[in-house]
Amino acid sequence: MIEYNKRKKVNQATMFTLLRIMSIIVVGILIAILGFIIFNGASAISWDFLTKMPEDGMTKGGILPAILGTLYLTIGSMIFAFPIGLLSGIYLNEYATNGWVVKLIRTMTNNLGSIPSVVFGLFGMSLFVNKLGFGDSIIAGSLTLGLLVLPIVIRTTEEALKQVDNGFRHGSLALGATKLQTVVKVVLPMAFPNIITGLILSIGRVSGETAPIMFTAVAYFLPSLPSSIFDQVMALPYHLYVISTSGTDIEASRTMAYGTAFVLVAIVLILNLLANAIRRYFSKKVKTN
Amino acid sequence: MNKIFRGRKYFLEAIWEGLLKISGSITSIVVLLIVVFLFKEGMGLFNSKKIEDGYSIAINKTNTLTKLSSEEVKNVFDAEITSWKALGVKMENDEIVVLRLNDVESYANEEEMALLDQSFDNLPKVINRIIEDNPNMIAFVPETYLNKGFSGKKIDLGNISPKEFFGGKEWFPTAQPVPQFGVLPIILGTLWVSLGAILLALPFGLAVSIYMSELASTRIYKLMKPVIELLAGIPSVVYGFFGLIVIVPLIQKVFNLPVGETAMAGSIVLGIMALPTIITISEDALRTVPRAMKEASLALGANKWQTIIKVTIPYAISGITAAVVLGIGRAIGETMAVLMVTGNAAVIPHTLLEPVRTIPATIAAELGEAPSGGVHYQALFVLGCILFILTLIINLTVEYVSSKNKHKAH
Amino acid sequence: MYNIETKNLDFYYGDFHALKDISMTIEKNEVTAFIGPSGCGKSTYLRLFNRMNDLIPNTKMTGEITIGGKDIYSKNILVDQLRKEVGMVFQKPNPFPKTIFENIAYGLRVNGEKDKAFIEATVEDALKGAALWTEVKDKLKKSAFELSGGQQQRLCIARALAVKPNVILMDEPCSALDPISTLKVEELIHELKEKYTIVIVTHNMQQAARVSDKTAFFYLGELIEYGPTAKIFTNPDKEATQNYITGRFG
Repeated sequence: MIEYNKRKKVNQATMFTLLRIMSIIVVGILIAILGFIIFNGASAISWDFLTKMPEDGMTKGGILPAILGTLYLTIGSMIFAFPIGLLSGIYLNEYATNGWVVKLIRTMTNNLGSIPSVVFGLFGMSLFVNKLGFGDSIIAGSLTLGLLVLPIVIRTTEEALKQVDNGFRHGSLALGATKLQTVVKVVLPMAFPNIITGLILSIGRVSGETAPIMFTAVAYFLPSLPSSIFDQVMALPYHLYVISTSGTDIEASRTMAYGTAFVLVAIVLILNLLANAIRRYFSKKVKTN
Repeated sequence: MNKIFRGRKYFLEAIWEGLLKISGSITSIVVLLIVVFLFKEGMGLFNSKKIEDGYSIAINKTNTLTKLSSEEVKNVFDAEITSWKALGVKMENDEIVVLRLNDVESYANEEEMALLDQSFDNLPKVINRIIEDNPNMIAFVPETYLNKGFSGKKIDLGNISPKEFFGGKEWFPTAQPVPQFGVLPIILGTLWVSLGAILLALPFGLAVSIYMSELASTRIYKLMKPVIELLAGIPSVVYGFFGLIVIVPLIQKVFNLPVGETAMAGSIVLGIMALPTIITISEDALRTVPRAMKEASLALGANKWQTIIKVTIPYAISGITAAVVLGIGRAIGETMAVLMVTGNAAVIPHTLLEPVRTIPATIAAELGEAPSGGVHYQALFVLGCILFILTLIINLTVEYVSSKNKHKAH
Repeated sequence: MYNIETKNLDFYYGDFHALKDISMTIEKNEVTAFIGPSGCGKSTYLRLFNRMNDLIPNTKMTGEITIGGKDIYSKNILVDQLRKEVGMVFQKPNPFPKTIFENIAYGLRVNGEKDKAFIEATVEDALKGAALWTEVKDKLKKSAFELSGGQQQRLCIARALAVKPNVILMDEPCSALDPISTLKVEELIHELKEKYTIVIVTHNMQQAARVSDKTAFFYLGELIEYGPTAKIFTNPDKEATQNYITGRFG
């Protein structure tokens, strides 16, 4: 056989080595970031840290109000975004016929999804805080976050519904079920695991957002916990921002900052694991059936 | 058949479908609302006077000056322009003398001081006299003091113009007497940081996605994928925090700088943050390349690398482009991480080792201090509009690129 | 021109024993057809000749395949060089999303050819060899996707010819084509056998009868019978072959 082109092989070997090295660097950096936060943050975590109010100009004590605030905002945004997103996804995938309306809605949803979070902050401030007069409050922040996460919920629902084989729809319709019955009794239960995992991941996204709530909901420091949805709150991401850049004593609150970052990462980590577990559980269940 | 039953069934369906339609249209309504609110609040800026509300610039009646730009006003009152010649005015005494309200006492004579002690109602008269006696004076005083029998000239600076806004080189929204809204350094700052980020993220992101889709064993792939998914979910404040504590001091030390908060720090942090987006989307694109394409290439004697370069990547190029554009979009719109690590100096950057300020960071940093409805507030909304338009362009580009891809497949 | 010899070949996908103790010699300058029902291993076997199965993880091979006397699974064989020697045409036409010209030139370029005049001449030869030249000579710069299915498949054959292989493997090359295109490709196969050793996998018995000199019948991973086409189709030794040919198969 003919003389082999040696350069070709050397090229390939060099490039593959380079690709491997670059991949190792990237994964290394990513793991380093996670490791850095987890390693430094773990020592700050204690029962008191999670359940006490901040003390001494937020250099000591706990982050309870920030945890609760983030919880309230997340729940609030989901109460708003989940039903609408779910219905919207159902409309797009099950009902809308493939005309320019669907195309428009899809483009608009994509556009909404690509708007930077700080612009949501501007909008939320202008509409909810000023125009509707909610002031800086849980409700204004929740609505703003809800709008931000809406496109994600819609897209997740749509994707999940697409996975359901058309045979099931036809089977149900052929038995005399109405479209509503088919969607509620056949399609949604089958798409449920994927919808739920998507929902969980979007909770992760909402809990970490800062810019949209900066001007619609959060306060630098509050001496007491909120008592109604029209109260301001503290929130984890904003708390981290404040104590690491402009706190009363940045050096002294370093431990608090590490702890807060740890809690934020832990939330995302737990939600990811949960989503994966659900995905695995349901795919197993389908298989054994 | 049971007629009532059918009727009820139909009624439910109708309500249900109505509900679906309303929900379906919500995103479109929100986008429209965002446009309306951003532009309504923002466009007010160009109907606002350049000069602080209720104030005026006044000169002696013999002065031939008729026009002043915001920048000139600022330079005059900052004593950076001190000669009338520089403003195109010929004057016996070329030196510019500035009069602010609290300077009045040093120009007033004894008699006037006595009058002022009696009542501030006499202030207009005093100011009028001082300006009359000083042909080379320029005054910045409340409008109300110039109304009754003022013998000098008032200079109308006019409204804030889009030209000065987009071409202005200085962003100083709280400056007196004229706030400076030159958005150029902020736009440039945004572009610098994003460009740096994408230059860092692109080669690495592409390398990882090629590695994952073409080279990695299933075992390694299953290890890498969740790590990258997880990192896409980490909040941007956490990246900012990491940048602030690790990258900023590192840059300061390595380049021996006075501060480590620089465009480069922003680019590195943003680059890392854009990686999961770029990797995930381009890996998906690479995976959609049909096996038949790769096999055809290999069957002709191409090796794996040649196949990747000459067949796989060209085939997936629109997906990869979409990944890169989305990565840029993410970088341009990112707020918190950039706010925390770039130093936020609103000056036109010359190297990556200087502090810069981006559009989102400016909004986030200043909106809290800008009084609602004021000029500063409006200016921040205009920044929001710019950001919105930028991301809209990016998004439409992505849709265009991926629609072209669909066309190619069939 | 080379013979392809196989000795005691076994092949596994994971635990699945896909090819069982195959030994046979494929003669040069002949068209050899592999026939048999789906899943009998004929395509798997074909893809061993240019080591295309290397790309599938979790496979195992024992035994020996030699082409022109060289063990193509020996450690010091250069796989991409082997694939240049052993061309392949796939089931569905799979032109690259490039121009017609670039599709043909691809194999030359990846093998380090830079001489422009030589590339142009080879492209023309290859297209002529694949009986496509007259149809496409005016639109070489057009996308290969503008060709019809049959033309695309002949383009893929031309692409394989351009790198000057000794062996051409065809994996059901007409399964996605209409009857007229099929006929053209079959004519082409007939002309090509003077210069190349050709192995063709086909589902279509008439096609095997029309184009091949020798036919091998595979069933459940085993080589049941191998001999001159005329004999296999008229007077096979084994009953299984007889059943398959006459369509009386399980």
